[in-house]
Amino acid sequence: MESLSNKKKVLEVKPLNFMERAYLPAIVSGLATTMKHFFKKPVTISYPEEKREFSENFRGMHSLKRDENGKERCTACGLCALSCPAEAITMTAAERQPGEENLYREEKYAAVYEINMLRCIFCGLCEEACPKEAIYLDGDIVPADYLRKDFIYGKDKLVEAPLNQ
Amino acid sequence: MGSTADILIKIGLILIIFVISLVMAMYSTYAERKVAAFFQDRIGPNRAGPWGILQPLADGGKMFLKEEIIPTNATPFLFIVGPSLAILTACIGSAVIPWGQTMVIGGHSIDLQVTDINVGVLYIFGVVSLGVYGVMIGGWASNNKYSLLGAIRAASQNISYEISMGLSIIALLMLTGTLSMREIAEQQHSWHWNVLRQPLGFILFIVCAFAETNRTPFDLPECETELVGGYHTEYSSMKLGFYLFAEYINMFISSAVMATLYWGGYNYPGMDWVLAHTGPAIGPLIGVGVFFIKIISFIFFFMWVRWTIPRFRYDQLMDLGWKILIPLAIANIVLTGIGSTLLTHFGF
Repeated sequence: MESLSNKKKVLEVKPLNFMERAYLPAIVSGLATTMKHFFKKPVTISYPEEKREFSENFRGMHSLKRDENGKERCTACGLCALSCPAEAITMTAAERQPGEENLYREEKYAAVYEINMLRCIFCGLCEEACPKEAIYLDGDIVPADYLRKDFIYGKDKLVEAPLNQ
Repeated sequence: MGSTADILIKIGLILIIFVISLVMAMYSTYAERKVAAFFQDRIGPNRAGPWGILQPLADGGKMFLKEEIIPTNATPFLFIVGPSLAILTACIGSAVIPWGQTMVIGGHSIDLQVTDINVGVLYIFGVVSLGVYGVMIGGWASNNKYSLLGAIRAASQNISYEISMGLSIIALLMLTGTLSMREIAEQQHSWHWNVLRQPLGFILFIVCAFAETNRTPFDLPECETELVGGYHTEYSSMKLGFYLFAEYINMFISSAVMATLYWGGYNYPGMDWVLAHTGPAIGPLIGVGVFFIKIISFIFFFMWVRWTIPRFRYDQLMDLGWKILIPLAIANIVLTGIGSTLLTHFGF
């Protein structure tokens, strides 16, 4: 059949000539190639000491954001949990008590907010679903751990550090 | 000069050579990993000590602490004999290698060679051919099909390549007229290295040396894509360590043999001048240093080739051994014979 793209190449299998069959010339050129690599700069990044730069839209560990006054933005609407295809997010809502206005922005807040990092697929749908701009996947790589229970991250690990008092 | 002193010196020399070959083997494993890393644009082991210099100790410790497994259906005695034999034959090869010229310290003359037997080259060959027994016995006693296949491959490969190795050596012996390693080394004084007279013989010898030490591209006995681990599939702990160690000692010894037979051993251009200026105590040590530089270069070459050439297929291996190397080695003998006859009769 006629090729439409004109990209088809017919390869011919030629018998090896004497130089190719003699091994040694080919081996010498191979040795030259490997020797070139010997003096190249290693591409290794020694991970814990050095870190590779992430791309701008890298999705890493989640963080629960605070607003400009240092109040938690999350209002425990549950849209992130609903949008999560891996069902990694759970939360318990609570009502803001008088005197807690400096802690939580809305009248309802998340008393417990947990993400199971073993379930999470880092798709970023929670980020898109959030109406309060409260959750972003702007963190680092989730570190390794020994036990499954330690991968369920609560608010202590997720909420941004408070503003300087 | 009592004979007790001589014996003590000999024992000391044996101990030093033993320790040096073990340390060389230890650091060959480290060098192998480092060199492999550099060839692949990586860094290599760098966690144990500065630049990973303690890596061999960590590996050794790991080997000793691992669980010792002897499979139920293996033959226990032979299973243990295998690695022991492998490391034993690897170690005794160094006995006839001349490490340097005779040293003179305070009237004592010390031969830097354990023993100068007049059949040194034959001794090396005998020991090298014994080396395959360790692999064969271990692989066979494991009672595992992969081990057995690896052992069979090792045996057939070593037998095939020993022939061309022997033939390439015959051409060399026609020129040297002696089997003593010491005399062969002495004949290559200064720059008269045998490789200049026997280039083809050297290429044949080094190819066979790769095959004898089971190094890539001839590492079919432990070809992990086909045979899991080859002859040491069933081995664990320090018994596996012995097999791996034996490979590196073999590499060291065959590098030393190649350096002695073809690359002048401890000889280097300008050695008489250096010897006259440094005296008979220090001068030979410089020769030993030169010898070790040559050995280390060969070990590096072994590693360089390992990360360059893929493994031969089994039929290619046999083709190369029987159809190419042996005819070439015979042609080399004929050419050497014609050459040396012309040289002696017509003087050119």
